[in-house]
Amino acid sequence: MAHDPYTEGPIHTTAPVVGPGLTFSSVTDKISSLVLKRKTPLWWFVGFAISFLLVQLLLLTITHLVFTGIGIWGNNVPVGWAFDIINFVWWIGIGHAGTLISAILLLLRQQWRTSINRFAEAMTLFAVASAGLFPLLHAGRPWLLYWMFPYPNTMGIWPQFRSPLMWDVFAISTYGTVSALFWFIGLIPDFATLRDRARSKTFQIIYGMLAMGWRGSARHWHRYEMAYLLLAGLATPLVLSVHTIVSFDFAASVIPGWHATIFPPYFVAGAIYAGFAMVLTLTIPLRKLFGLEDFITMRHIENMAKVMLATGLIVAYGYIMEAFFGWYSGNIYERFMIYNRIIEGPYRGFYWALILCNVLAPQIIWFKRFRQNLLVLFLLSIVVSIGMWLERFVIIVTSLHRDFLPSSWGMYSPTVWDFSMFIGTIGLFFALLFLFIRFLPIISIFEMRTILPEAEVEEE
Amino acid sequence: MADERDKLRTGEQHDTDDTDFSVSQRPRVPASPQPPHPRLPVSPSLYGVMAEFDNPNHLVAAARRTYEAGYRRINGYSPYPIEELWEAIGFHHTRLPVIVLIGGIIGGLVGFFMQYYLAVFDYPLNVGGKPFNSWPAFIPITFEMTILCAAFAAVFGMLALNKLPQPYHPVFNAPNFKLATRDHFFLVIEANDPRYNHDEVVEFLRKLEPKEVTDVEV
Repeated sequence: MAHDPYTEGPIHTTAPVVGPGLTFSSVTDKISSLVLKRKTPLWWFVGFAISFLLVQLLLLTITHLVFTGIGIWGNNVPVGWAFDIINFVWWIGIGHAGTLISAILLLLRQQWRTSINRFAEAMTLFAVASAGLFPLLHAGRPWLLYWMFPYPNTMGIWPQFRSPLMWDVFAISTYGTVSALFWFIGLIPDFATLRDRARSKTFQIIYGMLAMGWRGSARHWHRYEMAYLLLAGLATPLVLSVHTIVSFDFAASVIPGWHATIFPPYFVAGAIYAGFAMVLTLTIPLRKLFGLEDFITMRHIENMAKVMLATGLIVAYGYIMEAFFGWYSGNIYERFMIYNRIIEGPYRGFYWALILCNVLAPQIIWFKRFRQNLLVLFLLSIVVSIGMWLERFVIIVTSLHRDFLPSSWGMYSPTVWDFSMFIGTIGLFFALLFLFIRFLPIISIFEMRTILPEAEVEEE
Repeated sequence: MADERDKLRTGEQHDTDDTDFSVSQRPRVPASPQPPHPRLPVSPSLYGVMAEFDNPNHLVAAARRTYEAGYRRINGYSPYPIEELWEAIGFHHTRLPVIVLIGGIIGGLVGFFMQYYLAVFDYPLNVGGKPFNSWPAFIPITFEMTILCAAFAAVFGMLALNKLPQPYHPVFNAPNFKLATRDHFFLVIEANDPRYNHDEVVEFLRKLEPKEVTDVEV
């Protein structure tokens, strides 16, 4: 290892994937002790309390919404879709990085994914949960949610399968289900570790039930690895399809600003971009607070920053193409939409803020000095999250507020309930995340063992 | 190819898949084509003999030698997946990919023909003048259903082949087995192996230089 150019080359000094001196026992003890032994730190209580308060805000909003109706939100003709869809797409996009890290990077044999995949997957689940609330509640009567699924009913009707919104129902529910399965399957061997390491009877029983009798048998491992690989292979096209279908919600319509063939790849890139930003936002404080610098090294941080830069450039290309096609179409409505969005419209400030956040700000990642500065990256990741939210705002609201007929033009402004719902889902996301980091191993223990030097088995 | 030859040479079927010879399944194990060895009286409460190692290399080497010595009802236990280990104990193939393929095909067919039947026969709706069988519009849901069913097949197929959840298993009785999920490695020769002879097996395992050799009670 001493002469490995990757670790100590004269030009590049890239951090290793795991810190030096880690062994099977130290990895196991360190990660499982975060769950089993460590006293709950004060910051956990503070963070969880704040998130939990925001969950109460969410419940209050939902109660008011269900009793009053969706008129409490600001969206109305011509802007019939606003915060509800903006936030839905924003959350779903954030979730996509989890699947990308756990599935696509697994297939690409990127070992550095190992220490971040577990909580990136958790992030996916919680983001999908937050996302799902929006269309569910926007439907107006959430207790009739099951009407969206094809089931034989006394009304004698069936869903309309030619609608992208129907595709969305299938895509999001499949995505949520497969993400949950993938996450749970990944946790089984670690549950077994926790079962065998827990001292209290209660935790032995709880983790024991979750481990389902896992005993590390070689035959089990073989099928397990096969199942994990196959799930990764299934999740990879799935994650691409989900955001593609989300973009169809827009692209399959005839609204100028939505009806664009570039939407599917551009949405997928944007989703990964936003997701990696969120992973960085969570990773940087977490590795500090839990002292996980040996597990999540600067290599991980830098790689994530690079993925963010790459997807950010794809997204920037998307913005350029959107503007170009608006002009090149020769269609007056398309041209007006782009002119209105960028130069003259009442929401142009949002567009330029979006360009600043998503296109200009991330260019600092080109410089190694900034790429290795945790504070800069942390702030940048938040800027990108804001930028991606603005992107959805620009796409949705500015495309709708100028209808084909000037007599139908209108403006949109959110109400306090729009904001309370959005902030409430952020609370839900973080409350779930705080519970996760307290009760489950935030790093996959068994996968960390596989990348240790002592895990190498000599060939015959 | 090596796997195939290996299987032919030993004339064994049961090592290809589904060979978890836990107690409850023993009567269902198909008779081995090899001539039955005279069995020495073994305590019926014995599951097998377990050797403990503290290093994956020792375990894999020991597993190879055990397989070469002709033992077949053997299993290794490790805290993380070791490809060489399942190769060493002669477990090369799993039916899981076929199960997942079947799951995916069923999901795709059900997904498409559900939409086809509902949109063409049961509830034909004219949507924007599109044909009732507007099959391109049915592809996204067909795709999602394919993935969903294949994923279910992968997860539940894996659990079923592994016979999980399984709350009790004899290996948990071994004194140090808790370390199998931390940093220790185990090799078990099960008592229902055709060549099983308790004293010989204990002697054989001792020669592999493990940390410890213990009997595993049922």
